[in-house]
Amino acid sequence: MKNKRRRSGFIALCVTPAIVLFIIFMIIPTIDVFRMSLYRWGGYTAEKTFVGLQNFSTLFASDKFYRAFQNSILLIVIVTIVTFFFAIIFAAILTREKIKGQNFFRVIFYIPNILSIVVISAIFSAIYDPNNGLLNSFIALFKGGTNDTPVLWLGSPKIVIYSIAIAMVWQAIGYYMVMYMASMANIPESLYESAALEGAGRIKQFTAITLPLIWTNIRTTLTFFIISNINMSFLFVKAMTNSGPDGASSVFLSYMYQEAYTNSSYGYGMAIGVMVFLFSFALAAILNAVTKREEIEF
Amino acid sequence: MGNKEEKRLQGSPKLVKFFIYLVLALLAVTIIVPVAWVFVASIKENSEFYGSPWVLPKGIHYQNFIDAWQKADMGSYMLNSVIVTALALALLIIIALPAAYVLARFKFLGRGFWNTMFMAGLFINVNYIVVPIFLMLNNGDIWLRQTFGGTFFLNNLFILALVYASTALPFTIYLLSGYFKSLAKDYEEAAYVDGAGYFYTMVRIIMPMAKPSIVTVILFNFLSFWNEYIISMTLLTKAELKTLPVGLMNLMAAQRSAVQYGQMYAGLVIVMLPTLILYMCVQKKLTQGMTIGGLKG
Repeated sequence: MKNKRRRSGFIALCVTPAIVLFIIFMIIPTIDVFRMSLYRWGGYTAEKTFVGLQNFSTLFASDKFYRAFQNSILLIVIVTIVTFFFAIIFAAILTREKIKGQNFFRVIFYIPNILSIVVISAIFSAIYDPNNGLLNSFIALFKGGTNDTPVLWLGSPKIVIYSIAIAMVWQAIGYYMVMYMASMANIPESLYESAALEGAGRIKQFTAITLPLIWTNIRTTLTFFIISNINMSFLFVKAMTNSGPDGASSVFLSYMYQEAYTNSSYGYGMAIGVMVFLFSFALAAILNAVTKREEIEF
Repeated sequence: MGNKEEKRLQGSPKLVKFFIYLVLALLAVTIIVPVAWVFVASIKENSEFYGSPWVLPKGIHYQNFIDAWQKADMGSYMLNSVIVTALALALLIIIALPAAYVLARFKFLGRGFWNTMFMAGLFINVNYIVVPIFLMLNNGDIWLRQTFGGTFFLNNLFILALVYASTALPFTIYLLSGYFKSLAKDYEEAAYVDGAGYFYTMVRIIMPMAKPSIVTVILFNFLSFWNEYIISMTLLTKAELKTLPVGLMNLMAAQRSAVQYGQMYAGLVIVMLPTLILYMCVQKKLTQGMTIGGLKG
């Protein structure tokens, strides 16, 4: 009996701090996001008015929301496809080919992932600088040394979102590459050997063995891609352009942050948060269903 | 048909190899050049920035680092970052380790529920909930000001560390309990037979075995705490309390108006260097840890 009490005491002592902090800083704020989306509230005053779904109807009528929506989807699609393409090819090269300095390349490719997004944003701001940035001076080399009409990589409303996409791809390739490498390393060598005996070349081996066998891992990373692209696009936009020029690069969460802080309309901001949450959840579920294949054992 | 293809591919293995190396080298260059360029730019004098960006510096201009450290306050931001990161890591380990152990290895009422809750927590993005967290702390401060005449929650490095640790709990518990679940029950049984208590068993027998997982957890969380800036920017509004990435953002903004290029690049190096050095020391562990910790988006 005494032993049992000691056991319960030990369990309670171990899990209580974690559970309490988890409730205070994660569960309550998450519930708050949903609850506050139903109120009109400036935040600093105690005055809250329940407005039902009015925030959402304002949202659907807002051009700014559609622009943020469009930019976010564009970034999710472009960054996911390009990153996936590069990551899986480089992972296949580094696991399948016998090359010198394999470890060196892996170490280098992962570097962007350990840098702060602020640092990467600063680096890319320098690259995109219209006057003495690396990119424009590189282009000037082909134009005969002078560059009279510099490209405004971050200053032009049409280009800015693609400039951000490039920075995001640069940051993400190494991370996904290492993930794919880890699951490719588990594929037994004998499969490739027998395929090679039957005359299958590199590309055939890749499509017939590698891709199907890491399919589960690819599906998991698709969910990561959605969640992290929504998140990363916010971090990059916040540090690189602050939604500029004139809101041309605003994305889901930057729009939410801006409405909540600059305009002090917390209720409306949280309605955006709810929409983003539902959207990412639905997108992940759809992708998950579409990519479902029979699992292959090896 | 298959033979033909094989012949074609085998016929030019040198060309294929060359192409592979070329592609690898290209990606390596696009990663190394911008990072190396920042290091080079950080020792250039301000006047050198008006020419071509590809020109190497004339000499080593240390002054940039001194300016960044003192004038731009990167020194005190660095101290803030060190304090917050260290505190958050310590809190996280003290809180998450016992919780992960008990959730993984003890049967008790509510175990399944909390395991599911922490799993669900993996999908809560901190950037969604930063606004409610800010409001909660702000309301706390308003209440404190009215009753005691002081504030506590906002502009407090300890609270920031606590928020970091709390929001890292789901990932950390997920990773650690994955390891604890894989251990055989015999370890504890043997310890209990020898008369060891629960606490002694956990600290003296289980934790030393979990060392590799703990190191992985510390590495990942070090990087995310050190590099984080949205929560830090929101919860710390006083200039003297800023962390390094937020200070760097200020420096970037200042650079646009006051053209202090050298200082900004020196600031970038100051922020990058600790993570780069750590990475070079433990890169193997980090990329290996990715396989188990892959859920971190």
